[in-house]
Amino acid sequence: MTRIGIYILLMVGLIVFGYPFVWMISASLKPELEIGALTLWSSDFSSKNYELVVNRIPVFRALLNSTIVSVSVTISVLIFGSMVGFALAKMRFFGKEILFVAILFTMMIPFQITMIPQYILMVWLGLTDTYLGLIAPYAMTALSIVLFRQFFMSIPQALIDAARVDGCSDLKILFKIVWPLSRPVIVTVGILTFMTVWNDVLWPIIVIRERSMMTMPQLVALFVTGGEAEGQLGAMLASATMLALPVIIAYSFFQRYFIDSMATTGLKG
Amino acid sequence: MKSVHTLISRIRESEKNGYAFILPYIIFFCLFIAYPLIFSFILVFHRWNIVTPMEWIGLRNFIRLFQDPLFARAIINTLIFLVLHIPLQIVIALFFALLLNSAIKLRGLFRSVYFFPVVVSGVVVTILWAQLYNYENGLFNHILTALGFSAIPWLVDPAFAMPSIAIMATWKNVGLYIVLFLVGLQTIPSYLYEAAEIDGASKNYQFFKITLPMLNPTIVVIFILSTIGGFSLFIEPYIMTGGGPMNSTLSAMLYIYNQAFSFNHMGYAAALGFVFALIILFVVTLQRRIMETEDYST
Repeated sequence: MTRIGIYILLMVGLIVFGYPFVWMISASLKPELEIGALTLWSSDFSSKNYELVVNRIPVFRALLNSTIVSVSVTISVLIFGSMVGFALAKMRFFGKEILFVAILFTMMIPFQITMIPQYILMVWLGLTDTYLGLIAPYAMTALSIVLFRQFFMSIPQALIDAARVDGCSDLKILFKIVWPLSRPVIVTVGILTFMTVWNDVLWPIIVIRERSMMTMPQLVALFVTGGEAEGQLGAMLASATMLALPVIIAYSFFQRYFIDSMATTGLKG
Repeated sequence: MKSVHTLISRIRESEKNGYAFILPYIIFFCLFIAYPLIFSFILVFHRWNIVTPMEWIGLRNFIRLFQDPLFARAIINTLIFLVLHIPLQIVIALFFALLLNSAIKLRGLFRSVYFFPVVVSGVVVTILWAQLYNYENGLFNHILTALGFSAIPWLVDPAFAMPSIAIMATWKNVGLYIVLFLVGLQTIPSYLYEAAEIDGASKNYQFFKITLPMLNPTIVVIFILSTIGGFSLFIEPYIMTGGGPMNSTLSAMLYIYNQAFSFNHMGYAAALGFVFALIILFVVTLQRRIMETEDYST
């Protein structure tokens, strides 16, 4: 195939994957009647659709909720995941092998089985409609432990022994000596966790019923399906754009990290 | 006695901090993994709406499940989705990966645009595509009618609705698989192609005898990843069609969700989840078997 042919096909791909988002942003700014049009330009762009969304649903509260939940989960997964990963990679204790096998096994349990009892647990603990109810079931993940363990195996034991001789506690060794050397795995686990939690809808739909506690994807999904948008296409697209915007911004700065994180874990999984 | 002694001495020799480090996870494991597994196994033998006490009904949930036409429908719908989605995804991903692999300039730009739908929330993608698929006013039908074709009832006709969702899901996920294929392509040693070139093998022959076999591990990974992902199909039909028209997009996950959280049939939903998980396990194991035997034959 000729060089030009290849680039023409790649450009077609660019349009196929990129144009719908550009169209979405432009359509969200257009008056209702012009949305069906192919063209991006309109003579009367306005923020009317956004005003409607902001007036109908607590968007900013939902963005705040999503941020609180995603940041908390990410911090928790990084701290506890690295602790367990460190214990599995660098410490000797009885039962280590069984624990590792059990962790690998948990990766194969489908959510279809655990979601109902987890919801009932939340009801019993009184955690429905709370941040903790959204955070707790994600606070530690098997994938993060496995990734941390794998990375820590490559850190020389001599380094850790030397620190011990100097009287460093294990916690200090992990967070002061090993963490600074582990940037790649911290970035990978951090991005993956944050993205999964930020985009998750199923669990929020299950445990959160009160509007002021809803996460952003949940609120937007409810807005579109629950009749509050009153069939206004422009408003629906505006709400979707507001949900996508933080990700668009983060992605445009850190795209390489996003792609690498997802590709490496995809291959290991 | 001796084994008990060695056990005790092995625990004594262990680093105490090892246990301290894993303690939070052990608590987490008991609460959010072990307990749900055990409880769901108890739940499947009960009728329960959360409010009134649980009522033991033996195997009745399972008997009902096997006679439930909607569950059968939901499983078939999910399988239809997988059968359309996976091959489409693999072919398109491989196509773009090969293009990208031979293009040097701007590869990073193309790759990051193709990957973008992967990072965006499924809610955004579904809302966007619902507009694109709109029968009267959607972008796709505008293009089709402008080109002189007749409009397609994407989400309105039961025969088209699930394929439409499969196309959308492919568009959303394919970027990840393009990147995985690209990684796979770059691990193929170039001397294989050089040797084939010297032997006068055609480009087609090289593709089928070198590229495809060398990509087999990647294909297996993609197959299994997208099978597991496809079985949890939920938010797309939930937002786009609500399972309609005429239950043609009712996925298994959506049906379980409805039983549990719309009708409060906790015991029945748990039984559905249990059987569905067994089906997933069966399909994934079967795939592994088939692909691994294929691997030996090449």
